[in-house]
Amino acid sequence: MGVAIEVSDLNAWYGTNHTLQSISLKIPANHATALIGPSGCGKSTFVRCLNRMHETNPIGRVTGTVRVGQTDIYAQSSPVEIRRRIGMVFQRPNPFPTMSIYDNVASGLRLNGYRNRKVLDEVVERSLQQAALWDEVKNDLKKKSGASLSGGQQQRLCIARALAVDPEVMLMDEPASALDPVSTAKIEDLIFQLKSQYTIVIVTHNMQQAARVAENTGFFLNGKLVEFDATHKIFTNPTDKRTEDYITGRFG
Amino acid sequence: MASTTAMPPPLRARASNRFLRVVVNHLATAAAIGSTILVMAPLIAIFAYLLFKGASSLNFAFFTQVPKPVGELGGGMANSILGSGILLAIASLMGVPIGIAGGIYIAEFGRNKRLANMIRFTADVLNGVPSIVMGIAIYTLIVVPQKHFSAFAGGVALGIMMIPTITRTTEEMLLMVPLNVREAALGLGVPNWRSVLSITLRTASPGVITGCMLAFARVAGETAPLLFTALGNQFWSTNVNQPIAALPLQIFVYALSPYDDWHRLAWAGALVLIVLIVVSVALVRYVAGRGVLKGAS
Repeated sequence: MGVAIEVSDLNAWYGTNHTLQSISLKIPANHATALIGPSGCGKSTFVRCLNRMHETNPIGRVTGTVRVGQTDIYAQSSPVEIRRRIGMVFQRPNPFPTMSIYDNVASGLRLNGYRNRKVLDEVVERSLQQAALWDEVKNDLKKKSGASLSGGQQQRLCIARALAVDPEVMLMDEPASALDPVSTAKIEDLIFQLKSQYTIVIVTHNMQQAARVAENTGFFLNGKLVEFDATHKIFTNPTDKRTEDYITGRFG
Repeated sequence: MASTTAMPPPLRARASNRFLRVVVNHLATAAAIGSTILVMAPLIAIFAYLLFKGASSLNFAFFTQVPKPVGELGGGMANSILGSGILLAIASLMGVPIGIAGGIYIAEFGRNKRLANMIRFTADVLNGVPSIVMGIAIYTLIVVPQKHFSAFAGGVALGIMMIPTITRTTEEMLLMVPLNVREAALGLGVPNWRSVLSITLRTASPGVITGCMLAFARVAGETAPLLFTALGNQFWSTNVNQPIAALPLQIFVYALSPYDDWHRLAWAGALVLIVLIVVSVALVRYVAGRGVLKGAS
């Protein structure tokens, strides 16, 4: 089951560039939350702070607190445990190119030391079914490389890979921006189904997408969270003038 | 489009250029093919000449017998073939792991650190050290204290020569692995060291293997570092603490001798050496390539 995320006074830097300024918000459990805003506004940095990926960049720095469920993730010394609980799907599909489809999905468990083949078989099948990819690949699981799939299939493979480690939260950083409309629709259907079990945070440039999949939407601008509210409120009756300008296409 | 005046005329209208374009196209193709032939010509010439000179002296005895004393015709280089195998095994056991480990450190853990820069610089210098100097160094470091020549000393000399090539190729290949593949592993909650070994190194492995084979092929033909280390041997020996025969050494000795029979054996030895190198490189590539799946590049 998914857990809620509570962010308070989060600041992030790239070198001397203050990318995120004092962000505070509560992301409800088992819902999809969309983050919108123009390029470079900090929304990708924000999700990367939620699983401590931001600090993998040598010049990245973070202050503030992020609570996922009961855990203050920045109070723990190792980010590894955190990232197992908080799965991530990236903008460009990034399957491991030298691994088969099966090995890709099993990689998260295998690299953490699980070896039981029966359990792995089950997890791989369940994850691929959750990601709506099972029927398309079930005959080539160990024969084909993950990189041989189409872009949309690769992205669903990456979602299956993230689901296989049984996370509580799924972070998606523009998961459909590199895909065609058909694949995009499949990913959106998937988000719809997954949010009953996981807390989903999705960064998107596509405002219709945000409106379609998310109950709540946050609008970022220049490193600040301008407005965070129910999606229908953001899109029909925003409180802030800048939000209204952005969603009506007046800038950005 | 506000102004169309600056636009070039459409392609169809420039039919007069067509002849010129066809000519330039053919010239460029011819230049590319010519360069390819130039690159391949020396290799083919050497191989053809070796076949011509050496193939006639190859016989069963060459692969089964040890050298005969001066004055007796016949004999073979079986002990040299085995000796080269032992020397290269020692060299690879030492050079491949150290070389790859060094490359991993430079590329993954020591970025922008002084130690990494020092290793990189040392590797480049080591790559430029003449092989005869490597022989003298190992002579002083191992042969003199032990008071005897040995296969071990020869293997160490070759192994050290393999390290810089392997380290630098490993580094280059690891740096070519895209950031998003590394992030995928970290995002799954895989510890960094595990991600480096199981994901980054694995993704880079075809290139790393090529680097190892390059280094292997290079030292397989080295004579100079073996002169004062492995020394050479006219008899069967598999003892790594004793002097051992090696194909390049035996070719060297025979080629400089005044006997026609030995000259013929030297040509045959050179042919066998090249064939063995090509076969072992091809074999490793085949074995390493068998694990590659459909669609993986």
